[in-house]
Amino acid sequence: MFKHILDILSLWALPFIILVILITAFIRKVPVYETFVEGAKEGVNTTIKIVPYLTAIIVAVAMFRASGCLDFITAHCSGLLSKINLPAEILPLAIVRSLSGSAALGVFSDIASQNPVDSFTVKLGAIMLGSSETTFYVLAVYFGSVGIKKYRYALATGLIADFAGIVGAIIIATLFFH
Amino acid sequence: MNFIWLFLIIISIIFGAINGKLNDVVNSIMSGAELSINIAIGITGVMVFWLGIMKIAEKSGLVEKISEILKPAAKFLFPEAYKENKKAIGDIAMNFSANALGLSNAATPMGIEAMKELQKINRNKESASDSMCMLLAMNTAGFQLIPATVIAVLSASGSKNPTEIIVPTLLVTSFAFVTAIFTAKIMQKFFPPQKVTEENEDV
Repeated sequence: MFKHILDILSLWALPFIILVILITAFIRKVPVYETFVEGAKEGVNTTIKIVPYLTAIIVAVAMFRASGCLDFITAHCSGLLSKINLPAEILPLAIVRSLSGSAALGVFSDIASQNPVDSFTVKLGAIMLGSSETTFYVLAVYFGSVGIKKYRYALATGLIADFAGIVGAIIIATLFFH
Repeated sequence: MNFIWLFLIIISIIFGAINGKLNDVVNSIMSGAELSINIAIGITGVMVFWLGIMKIAEKSGLVEKISEILKPAAKFLFPEAYKENKKAIGDIAMNFSANALGLSNAATPMGIEAMKELQKINRNKESASDSMCMLLAMNTAGFQLIPATVIAVLSASGSKNPTEIIVPTLLVTSFAFVTAIFTAKIMQKFFPPQKVTEENEDV
């Protein structure tokens, strides 16, 4: 029942927003087609502007993943993690979720397929992934679009929030599902 | 960012050499570069579409209306933008709503619109203003009401009750979101202010 409502909501969210915008525009006598084309023109330039920033971060993250550094960290910290009752598989997810969205989804899918689906590990992973956004990607795209090169404290803030999310996920998952 | 980028690349080459995976690392440079272009091309269509829709929302006065409703929050989070650029506030609000609804395809172009507006009132065009850092803090924290992708993966793996993660995830994402906002607020006080390179030309 709940899931059914969710499905309807996610199906209708986009059409609803578009309808509200277009109908309001029509009532206020905005020439919708001309205005659309005028705004859309900027879209292409924006993506071209983002490319250098995106390439810089995606290449660095791809190299990092290929180097096996993550496996090294996981192998050396698994003892420490099991002491505080945490599954070792969670660590790569915790690190990678700030770096790459598709990689994080891949890591989580692995966790979900290699553990019983209703286990604590899978639920913790789900909460961790569901509560995060790919910090490095967001920084590259948003700052890239307007040519900002000095991020000041934006990266530090993003990473602190990511860390708070990891700690929060562990605490909440333990309270709910352990 | 300089440091992190350098660190990622150097660490990768050193670890690749130690693990005998240097070949993989070299290949990943090519595939990563290719991937970044594919991602950029992939988001171009959505970007073009939503920037068009956003322009209609702007011209019909919707963006301004939303910024009007969210006055108190905007005053606290984006004091500079609140004073100098009302349209930025409306864009930020739409970006936040789209994120909360899990419409990340729509949220990104809206956020970029907001960044462009914030850049107009930025006093140093190469460095991030406090309002920009706040917008980024809100976005990197990834506040979302329903984690649809994760629920889909859980369903696909045979979970009987995948929606049970909604409430705990919401708690965690809210906590991370609030942490991000307060971290940005605190950092503003302690971080050296931007060097002013040019006069504000747009207001």
